Amino acid sequence: MEHALLEMRGITKVYPNGVVANHDVHFSLREGEIHAIAGENGAGKSTLMKIMFGMEEPSEGDISIRGEKVKLQSPQDAIDRGIGMVHQHFMLVPSFTVAENMVLGMEPRKGVGFNYNEAVRLTEETARKYNLAVNPKAKVEDLTVGMKQKVEILKALVRGAKILILDEPTAVLTPQETEELFVELQHLKEQGHTIVFISHKLKEVKAICDRITIMRGGRSEGVFQTKDVTEQEISRLMVGRDVVLKYDKDNVPFGKPVLSVDKLSVHDSQGKALLEEVSFAVREGQIVGIAGVEGNGQNQLVEALTGGLHAVSSSGSVKVNATDILAADILRIRSLGVSYIPEDRMRQGAAGDASISDNLISTRYRSKDMNKGPLLNGKRIAALAASLVEEFKVRCSGPQQPIGMLSGGNMQKVVVARECSTSPQLLIAEQPTRGVDIGAAQFIHQKLLELRSAGSGIVLLSADLNEILELSDSLLVMYEGEIVAYFENPSKVSEEELGLYMLGINRQDKQQIGRAVNHV
Amino acid sequence: MFKVKYFEVIRTAAVILIALAIAFIIISLVSDQPLKTIGIFLWEPISTKGHIGNVIEMAIPLMFTGLAVSLLFRANMFNLGAEGIFYFSGVVASVLAIHLSLNSWFHPVVAIAAGSIVGALLSAIPGILKAKWNANELVTSLMFNNILFGVGLYLLNYHLRDAKAFANVSYKFQETAQLSKIFTGTRIHTGLIIVLVMIVLAHLFLYRTKWGYELRMTGVNRDFARYSGMKTAKVIILVHLIAGFIAGMGGSVEVLGMYNRFQWASLPGYGLDGALVAMLAKNNPLSVIGSALFLAYIRIGADMMARLSDVPSEMISIIQAVIILLISAEQFLKFWKNRMLLKEAKANA
Repeated sequence: MEHALLEMRGITKVYPNGVVANHDVHFSLREGEIHAIAGENGAGKSTLMKIMFGMEEPSEGDISIRGEKVKLQSPQDAIDRGIGMVHQHFMLVPSFTVAENMVLGMEPRKGVGFNYNEAVRLTEETARKYNLAVNPKAKVEDLTVGMKQKVEILKALVRGAKILILDEPTAVLTPQETEELFVELQHLKEQGHTIVFISHKLKEVKAICDRITIMRGGRSEGVFQTKDVTEQEISRLMVGRDVVLKYDKDNVPFGKPVLSVDKLSVHDSQGKALLEEVSFAVREGQIVGIAGVEGNGQNQLVEALTGGLHAVSSSGSVKVNATDILAADILRIRSLGVSYIPEDRMRQGAAGDASISDNLISTRYRSKDMNKGPLLNGKRIAALAASLVEEFKVRCSGPQQPIGMLSGGNMQKVVVARECSTSPQLLIAEQPTRGVDIGAAQFIHQKLLELRSAGSGIVLLSADLNEILELSDSLLVMYEGEIVAYFENPSKVSEEELGLYMLGINRQDKQQIGRAVNHV
Repeated sequence: MFKVKYFEVIRTAAVILIALAIAFIIISLVSDQPLKTIGIFLWEPISTKGHIGNVIEMAIPLMFTGLAVSLLFRANMFNLGAEGIFYFSGVVASVLAIHLSLNSWFHPVVAIAAGSIVGALLSAIPGILKAKWNANELVTSLMFNNILFGVGLYLLNYHLRDAKAFANVSYKFQETAQLSKIFTGTRIHTGLIIVLVMIVLAHLFLYRTKWGYELRMTGVNRDFARYSGMKTAKVIILVHLIAGFIAGMGGSVEVLGMYNRFQWASLPGYGLDGALVAMLAKNNPLSVIGSALFLAYIRIGADMMARLSDVPSEMISIIQAVIILLISAEQFLKFWKNRMLLKEAKANA
């Protein structure tokens, strides 16, 4: 059997905080193919690529190129062996020209000086060879995102890359730019380059990739010929659920409004509208879902609801039980009974080096219950932590274990436990199940529904359409800072129909959207 | 079977052993009688009551500054301002020790309280700069050390200096201001009791009060603390106030406990030593006791060695440098931790 171009065997990567990002992963790359690596956020795709590019060393396992074992200890090692990487966030110097960026670290010289003309010539030559048109003398800061990406690809090629790793290359591109990129990639493939394409957009994977490796929860779920599998099959392997979610919801009538947002507008420092006249209400016992492609104002909306708004100007009002919270600080908002499950549990949701117990009390350590005179009531805290760990089925060695050592799903359960166990009036749940395994996700959904039955109002923001359609009592769609659709019975809406609104192709009339305020 | 959670303890012990081993190697190379010299280094500090007294006397200021720095480090503030505050509060306490007339109960209490409060207020300045404008606390605190030293030296030279003395020292303190000795045959003074009380209080504060909890959470992840509703700017100012108070108390206690005149013509170095003590103690108040005693022990040992053998006491700087280097080098023994992590991860999978 001929050797694969690049083979990774039994790769396991444990980060110093105990997170197992890769678990016994096998990956093999054939010469001249476009090979997709697909998986949800947190599935371990990026870690695997970092190992391939020498940015991380695996804890276990080995890598061979053309049958020869190699040790990649730095990106330079990888570059020397013909591996190039295009990062999701470009690694370019904005104030330099394209040509200068191109030769960074391998500058052609004239005597002791830098030979700029040679750099320009080299850039032009490479650009012509690979049919990637760029202007060598343009400054990088003036380029469009698509252009910057071309420069990144050229940068890798100039360094002699035969294997090109593209980390979510289309995430930042417009559909036209994506088309163009695909043509370029095909061209590269014809010239004998091998491409690793990381993505979770299945259509794109189907469109240009020859083979696909699917990852889930740090493990590889197998390698497939792209033409042999359907999108449904890929997605099933990625998320690991066969059946779509179905829950029985209590039929409790909604109570009085707990949250009313009225004509909320937010502008950034350049005066660009981030939110425009957003109005809706959430009542007791109601889950209001907010769908939309990332970056259409959801972040600003959540900030306005949770006290993190740093925009230059905002107008309108956000009321929790008749108290306007637009200018209130976080402590005040929380004291009104607002809980918040943040999108990024590592950055905001948890203190990694602190214990599970410390993480569980962060929003209620001030309360009389938890204190005894000037001291914290250690017994009460221990009892609370133990009961929450048990109720939320957090898999750990005990409440004193540092939370950073838990898996993503268990860490998220701690966050959910903290936010849901204070009987909140209003819960803002932002991507509550992102990057967690299906078991934990279902558990979290159950907890949200329990909270709903107990009369809490919930705002649910999620990129998982299945989740949002299934859980929400009513659904808003955001596009470019505005609400463009309102549905009273989300389980009757199809994902395709929702997609049209999310992409801004359809929008409802004002009257229909206006019903979001009263839910009549 | 070792567990990951004991890793830091093991690592610290390994660092100390390596540092001592290097010291022994150097002694063997330099000394004509290496075994005897090593014997002096290790044994002399604990050979007599007087020498043990020396170790404990030296540990007192180290505990004060080590405690102050531990709290700052705990809040993720890399502030080395304990040095200047320790010095300047010593000057403040000296002024009151010279000029006030009180009975021997109140005199030291007033002088130490004044030194502590001045320390707290001075320390608040870099704290406020950090909390409000995000000015790097390392830079501002180091600059403050210079300023405080300059002002303190000015006060010593132009207002406190005793012209009749033959050195650059202040007037004599009133007898009433000096701290009393608590063990005969040693110079151990009541400052020991004060610092132990402070350490226990700091321990309770850090682990058992809501303010200490806020401090720890702000230190681990400031975004998390803010998200949870904590006012992290206030927390940062508070920890600076407390640390300045403790460092200032340390300077005042040291001056009144060990001397009868103020006589530091240069920064005494206890503030920076405090950072070393805090690192060895992993920023745990109770562990500060042990790490300050250890540092004092090897210093007295080096002192004795210089007096009784042919190896100079500067050798101790090498040990300290190795300890700082290895403790702050995160990669040291990392491979071993990674192996342990891998094993535990596999056991759990």
